[in-house]
Amino acid sequence: MREYLLGNAAIARGILEAGASVVTSYPGTPASEIVETLAPFTKKYDLHVEWSVNEKVALEVAIGASWTGTRAAAVMKHVGLNVAADPFMTLAYTGVRGGLVVISSDDPFCHSSQNEQDSRRYAQFACIPCIDPADPQEARDMTIYAFELSEELELPVLLRPTTRVSHARADVEVGEIEENRVKPEFLRNPVRWVALPAHARPRHSVLLEKQDAIKAALEKSPWNRLVLRGELGVIASGISGLYAEEAIKQLDVDISILRIGTFPPPEGLCSEFIMHVSKVMVIEELEPVLEEYVERAAREHNPDLDILGKRTGHIPREGELDPYIVRNAIANMADLPLVESPSLREASEILPPRPPALCPGCGHRAAYYAMREAFGEDAIFPSDIGCYTLAVDMGTIDTCLCMGASITLASGIRFSGEERDICCSIGDSTFLHTGLPGLLNAAYNKARITIAILDNSTTAMTGHQPHPGTGVTASGDKTKAVSLASLAKALGADFVETADPYDLKATIETFKRARDYHGLAVVITKQVCVINERRAGIKRNPFMVNENCTGCRECVEFGCPAIEFEEDCARINSLCTGCGVCAQICPSEAIEVVKVK
Amino acid sequence: MKIKTSECDIVVVGVGGQGVILISSIIGKAALKACLSVRSAETHGMAQRGGSVINHLRIGCVFGPMVPLGGADILLALEPAEALRYAHYLSKEGVALVNVKPVFPSTVTTGQSRYPPLEDILAPLERICMDIKTVDATKLAVKAGNPQTMNVVMLGVLSKYIPISEEILIESLSESVPAKFLEVNRRAFELGKSEIKA
Repeated sequence: MREYLLGNAAIARGILEAGASVVTSYPGTPASEIVETLAPFTKKYDLHVEWSVNEKVALEVAIGASWTGTRAAAVMKHVGLNVAADPFMTLAYTGVRGGLVVISSDDPFCHSSQNEQDSRRYAQFACIPCIDPADPQEARDMTIYAFELSEELELPVLLRPTTRVSHARADVEVGEIEENRVKPEFLRNPVRWVALPAHARPRHSVLLEKQDAIKAALEKSPWNRLVLRGELGVIASGISGLYAEEAIKQLDVDISILRIGTFPPPEGLCSEFIMHVSKVMVIEELEPVLEEYVERAAREHNPDLDILGKRTGHIPREGELDPYIVRNAIANMADLPLVESPSLREASEILPPRPPALCPGCGHRAAYYAMREAFGEDAIFPSDIGCYTLAVDMGTIDTCLCMGASITLASGIRFSGEERDICCSIGDSTFLHTGLPGLLNAAYNKARITIAILDNSTTAMTGHQPHPGTGVTASGDKTKAVSLASLAKALGADFVETADPYDLKATIETFKRARDYHGLAVVITKQVCVINERRAGIKRNPFMVNENCTGCRECVEFGCPAIEFEEDCARINSLCTGCGVCAQICPSEAIEVVKVK
Repeated sequence: MKIKTSECDIVVVGVGGQGVILISSIIGKAALKACLSVRSAETHGMAQRGGSVINHLRIGCVFGPMVPLGGADILLALEPAEALRYAHYLSKEGVALVNVKPVFPSTVTTGQSRYPPLEDILAPLERICMDIKTVDATKLAVKAGNPQTMNVVMLGVLSKYIPISEEILIESLSESVPAKFLEVNRRAFELGKSEIKA
């Protein structure tokens, strides 16, 4: 049966077909749709699917399930694997029982990320196998294979799709869903599951001894494909292999190709290829993982081999590859004419930029406006990761490093001796992800800062996933809704106040009290995400500009996409959600609610 | 002679929220029904917050999901400025299908940038491709009964240019929109389609 599937849906399908019993994840682009696809099937297939509070938690929950003998997957974006790195590294020592697949989706070009790290390095680091799918079909097939390989080797397997696989759609051949789950049973075995030094040392040896078994298994896997033609060659991993195949067909050249889908790469196929060609181009996104391997192998099998790639400047080490870059790189090697970039002068000269922006009526914009009014331009505003980072032009976002780093950076700035006011901001989901230890640390070490928790009651940027503050689980069941205010108090904040950012005056006053408080202050600005409000059918009357408008542009500076400026006065367009904040900003009472007749 | 690696390469562009992903998905499902292999690449995440959006769609293709620069047979633009922004994807033999109703970005509404006149947007497009069809799809969507169906008006326009039958496209459309909105969407499709007949 063929289905038209998103790469992430194909991975989800693979997880179902492999009969996994536990799937855990924290939302992150480009990985979020895997758990979203699985969520409706939890009851039917006796599957536990959860949005975990962060990736470390997600991986550890999945490990627990694997150690009972059932199959489990932990899903995250590439930077999530940094958060999960602690269990990940030692897991390679302890190993697994039920197949455990760690899915870390890479984002070359940082489409929606703060860096473009290469997860294949993590697999190298941990000495475990890594599978690099080229398209949604491979993503589904390799997911099933990864569970089997994991059980065969008793090791976790890393599946590493990239954005153009995760967010690609293709016709995918799918199979039957495994309905029988393995009966779980935790078997006490301290030598395996208790990583004391005395146990860890021999497990490290076991891991190193397994490296030959990993190589042997991957060598006979179907994910590496060799086509020998002329003595020019291309060796490419993951999606780059598809770009290379297309370029070779378009150029109509006699070039040999080895497509790699596994790491470590297959020794036999690589040596056969390296001995056949005289010049090779190594094509892969991000780090030269494959290139370094080819260089080592060539020293042994073909020392005269001419290797082109990142080291020689033929393939970029940053950004994502595409058919255009790969076509020209291969044409260059084959001494064929390059195609010029058909870029249009006018496009860069006359087009206005269209960056993503906070939605019309977004409570974050109002919260930041109030924050700036209360703290002034001279204060320092560390921030965090979420929709609210889109407000970078408002002057209240001075830092964004990684999940949860707002509170901790703010603390460090304070402890440095910096005396200006500091107000950091963090979203509700990010606060629950890694903000909690930062707040506890700030309270314990007496950081005199203000923490604004921008609470829109969802994980908005990644597609509105629920979290422990929302009272709903991944599969839609009701659960305990954790109070952010109670949490903040329990973690040691004495000043905790909640404000509605749509009430601008009250929010500004709250921020001022926090600013003047001689200790750690927490302000929770609470307003439901406008997208969720609209979906829930909640409507407010829109606002309009009346004849009092003086054209002062105060409302326009607020930056709401619903406010336009025409000739010499403001105008509110059809995007208005009726939050009414601009009416409170207007100094001339020129914005009023539209009366419904 | 250029060797084709895809039967029909389309880039669908517009603004986050206009329904670029939905119509790409309707076409993709239709291609599957027509037993054609299909590849597409979508914009998710940060780019959807009112930002510029591009979807690649390759019908009859077994390679990667991205249309090569200068390789698109069709540029389907739900917004005129976005048509120009991605015009470099069009092949010299390609066709641009453009909804002429602008959506102003926040950089324009706040007065930092200027939105160019329509003729300045269309002139370079006319220069680089074989044919350009302009449609006021937003107006036609209102005529159909719901301005939100603008994307489906453009799907109707596109239907005249792709190797998939109208019946299959309609079938795929019916499976992709809620039943209560099917009639208005079918009207939108017809209105878009008849723009090309005329």
